Formats: sequence, structure tokens, C-alpha cells
Amino acid sequence: MPRVVVDVMPKPEILDPQGKAVHGALPRLGFSGVTDVRQGKRFELAFDGEVTDDVLAEVEKMAETLLSNPVIENFTVRVEEGA
Amino acid sequence: MKVGVVTFPGSLDDVDAQRAVRVGGHEAVALWHGDHDLQGVDAVVLPGGFSYGDYLRCGAISRFSPVMTEVIDAAGRGMPVLGICNGFQILCESHLLPGALIRNDHRKFVCRDQSLRIENNRTPWTSAYAEGDVVTIVLKNGEGGFVADDETLDRLEGDGRVVARYLGDNPNGSLRDIAGITNDRGNVVGLMPHPEHAVESLTGAGTDGLGFFTSLAESVFS
Repeated sequence: MPRVVVDVMPKPEILDPQGKAVHGALPRLGFSGVTDVRQGKRFELAFDGEVTDDVLAEVEKMAETLLSNPVIENFTVRVEEGA
Repeated sequence: MKVGVVTFPGSLDDVDAQRAVRVGGHEAVALWHGDHDLQGVDAVVLPGGFSYGDYLRCGAISRFSPVMTEVIDAAGRGMPVLGICNGFQILCESHLLPGALIRNDHRKFVCRDQSLRIENNRTPWTSAYAEGDVVTIVLKNGEGGFVADDETLDRLEGDGRVVARYLGDNPNGSLRDIAGITNDRGNVVGLMPHPEHAVESLTGAGTDGLGFFTSLAESVFS
């Protein structure tokens, strides 16, 4: 079944305290070289039938209405086949 | 006046808010998130807590609850609405107030007696105060950092829509030390600190929060 994946990320100008915490933890575990971490969310939406353009347009609406808060977050929508 | 206090699944401070409403001289009416019914109240308080477990984003699910459809509608007609802490987050998610509240910049939950300056006493929730009054009210939040783009912040400041500002160390990273704001019309107020916990000296730092609940009466008679 095809799935539609919505990735939601905090806008670049918005402080991301969770990403900062993860970034701070990496060197303590011996991982070096990471200059920044941003933490977002991934939504996987399953559908029964084919993912048409209409379905994708609906998902766009879902993403801007509920899945993300456009004041502080950006999102991308894509189809993942054969998952 | 009849003041409704909404209980969402995960609300914590609804009973305290009801008590504060009564101490403030009004009738408290319990409202349920799942009802399309404001029971004829004259004003609404959205209390603090962790509605819907803060899932997705704080206030994001509550915003679409049946009672919020009615609250949004009533707010549009001018009904006074006060959102405290989680209630403030719900008002931002509902787009009744601009901006958003994000995790505290220092990443820790903060719980302390917080000093605030009242900057706008022209709302139905703050008319009992004088502009510039310094009050101490409990602050307790994990996601209380108020953010908005510069243009929105400038507009809030320019229109005098910052209702209260933090004094001393900024407790949560809120931009421009903003603790509370109001909408364009002035009937909807969002506040991160908890005035309902500061209405009786027995159980708090004092009674500085009481003004938020007595203001309603003053605004009716003014």
C-alpha cells in the first residue's frame, strides 16, 4: 500500500531546544563533527486506494491545518511506494 | 456573571480556575470539551494543564474539540476569553491569538513565583489593574516560550497588545519577555503564568492574581 509521508520541521529561525539537547549529547557519547541538530516529526499516512493528486491536495490541507503549525513549522509531502 | 471553565482530557487547573472565578465574585460553570454548548455563559476560561497529553503540539488537538468551535465563534462576537498556560497555547493554535509557544529555551520545566508587569489594563480580564502594576503570580510551564516573527511582535507592541511582561530573568525564552497578549479587539487574552493560583494567601504567594477574575465585573460596570 502506498503511504504519504509528511515531514514537519521547526522553521530555521525558530529555536529548537530538543535538537539542541540531542546535539549536546552527541559529543558526550564520543560522536564528533556534528555542527547542528534539528528535530522534527514524520507522519506516515496510509490509504486504501491509489494516491491521486486529489489525495495529495487533501494531505497538504491536513498538514497545514493539523499536522504542522505554520507559525513555527515547515512541512513537505511525498509519496512512498511499496512500504 | 456566569464564567465557563472548559475541562479537556488532561486539564489540570480547571478546578482551581473555577474556584478563582467564585472568589472573584462570579458563578463558575463547568464546560466539557466534547459538548457543542457554552451553557449561556458570559465569559470563558481555558485552564492550564496538558490537554490531550500535549500530543502533536500543546493545544493542537484541543483546538479542534467541539467546545472550541463554540468558543472561537463566541470570541469572534466579543465574548471575553482567558487562556491560561495550556489555554494560551490553545488560543494560539486556534489562531485567536498570534504567535506560538515553544519549549523553554533552557529545556527545563520552570515552577516559581514570577514577577510581572501589567502593560495593558484595557481588557475585560485586566481592568482591575493599573497599567504598570507589578504583580507576583505563579509560573509553571515546560513550553512557555512565546515566539512570533518580528513583524507580528512589532505590531503587538505598537498596538499595545502585550498584556503582561516578565520582570527579572526571562523564565522561558519568551521573545521580548512577553508573558501575555490580547487580540485586536481586546476580548481574548492569553497568559502563561497562573493567576488562578494566586487568589488566596493561604495557598500561594499572595492574591495578586485575583484581579484577572474581578476585572470582569469592573468591565461590565464601566
